[in-house]
Amino acid sequence: MEIFIVYKIILVLVVFAISLGVAAYSTYAERKVAAFMQDRVGPDRAGPFGLLQPLADGLKMFMKEEIIPSVSNKYLFILGPSLAMLTALMTGVVIPWGGDITIGNTTFPLQITDINIGILYIFGVVSFGVYGIMIGGWASNNKYSLLGALRASSQMISYEIAMGLAIVALVMTTGTLSLKEIVAQQGGTWVNFVYQPLGCLIFIICAFAETNRAPFDLPECETELVGGYHTEYSSMKLGFYLFAEYINMFISSAVIMTLYFGGYNLPFQDFLAQHLNGNVLSLFQFLFFFGKVLFGIFFFMWIRWTIPRFRYDQLMNLGWKILIPLAIFNILATGVMMFALGKV
Amino acid sequence: MQLTNRRKVVAKKEMTLAEKLYLPAITNGMVITLKHLFKKSATVKYPEVKRVHAEIYRGQHVLKRDDNGAERCTACGLCAVACPAEAITMEAAERKKGEEHLYREEKYAAVYEINMLRCIFCGLCEEACPKEAIFLTDRIVSVDVTREDMVYGKDILVESMENRIDVSKRQTKEVLEFKKDKWHFHNQTWEDIKNALPEKKHH
Repeated sequence: MEIFIVYKIILVLVVFAISLGVAAYSTYAERKVAAFMQDRVGPDRAGPFGLLQPLADGLKMFMKEEIIPSVSNKYLFILGPSLAMLTALMTGVVIPWGGDITIGNTTFPLQITDINIGILYIFGVVSFGVYGIMIGGWASNNKYSLLGALRASSQMISYEIAMGLAIVALVMTTGTLSLKEIVAQQGGTWVNFVYQPLGCLIFIICAFAETNRAPFDLPECETELVGGYHTEYSSMKLGFYLFAEYINMFISSAVIMTLYFGGYNLPFQDFLAQHLNGNVLSLFQFLFFFGKVLFGIFFFMWIRWTIPRFRYDQLMNLGWKILIPLAIFNILATGVMMFALGKV
Repeated sequence: MQLTNRRKVVAKKEMTLAEKLYLPAITNGMVITLKHLFKKSATVKYPEVKRVHAEIYRGQHVLKRDDNGAERCTACGLCAVACPAEAITMEAAERKKGEEHLYREEKYAAVYEINMLRCIFCGLCEEACPKEAIFLTDRIVSVDVTREDMVYGKDILVESMENRIDVSKRQTKEVLEFKKDKWHFHNQTWEDIKNALPEKKHH
């Protein structure tokens, strides 16, 4: 039993480290992708190909003067970025990163915890994330921050509904809320995307809105709101907000891949399982899943450097008048199809 | 009259279903950005790679010496007059005995300053110079942190004899023709001016 606790602690630390590492290098990747899409070179001065750029940026963030506005609420001001970071890191625990690893007679699953309401857990934590932004914007005592925070919270609340409804249809077809179970079901021929294309599309769009990424980056649109909710933030508190956004992107990408694109399942997995050691297979599964997640992050960036930002009323129209009715229609259609195919 | 084939009739009409969906347009956009991902970047990595300049590129100025090492500039001030940005200032001084190896003419520029923040690198100073003293070169004026440092004095502008700066590329056929053109005042000698004056009539 002790070994299990130690293993879990190690796994938590590893997932934590990977999340931070991926987030750090996402900032680098973002700048590189942006540069390449605009026929530029991007950061290439710090280290070979600029690979040390995230370290330099992180060091810069730490070294910067820390300014807390005198009119702000000091405790809430510090609580804001802490909450944003906390919630961003908390979602990683239910995601299955790969198959099981067997050492001796003990099995170690590559998932921190397989709670049977994994999806609901993710939703709970993600909707908690809006508090980080809301509190930060409110505590700054600055009209730009407040407007950014208001936009963020209304946007996240609006899109959470459509996201939840999209998931309802998925839960109807899979019949489970456990992420491990959902991944296991996709081990066969088809991934969930085939059964739920519309739901997947809605989920991806909502994921963009939830992570405050372009084209839904209204809360921090530089051109209108200076910096949005983090206008007054400096030093590592600003770094936490920016970092939390990239961690969110990483986790959302992982969730999308888990729910709709087969999770860690390899193609021809059954065939491979006969010829490969279980642990090696798990390693390959992890690498494959990780690759998929990285592609997901690239997709986020790809969209960002392609589409301009929505106007606020367009954002609300899309959320309430299009995505929510579509999601409800999706639930109905899924129900009808399941009934017609005799799966109920 | 149609000037280009890019003209597009714009009308405020209802969007079609495909347009309302946005997705086809987004996909098109993503294809475009993906294509750019593999395109060669236009960036020149400056300190390591330098762009090839034209041979007559107009960069940092040089004040030439003659073959004996004497400064050619005679502080006539024509360059300062010609300068549209008023970047050039100078103070003239008289050459003393024993300074013949330093200055070619009897008058020379004791102070000669070009404010590189004002200079627009038009090359009119070079055109105006009757003594072939000032030339623009293909060297790039580097940045500095203070305004004072951007005012280049004779220490920077005058070439050294060990490291002479080649400006022969600038002496193109057109330039040499231009320098001969008597229509320009500064190309005229005193003799030319005297000849051009109307002859005095004797009563």
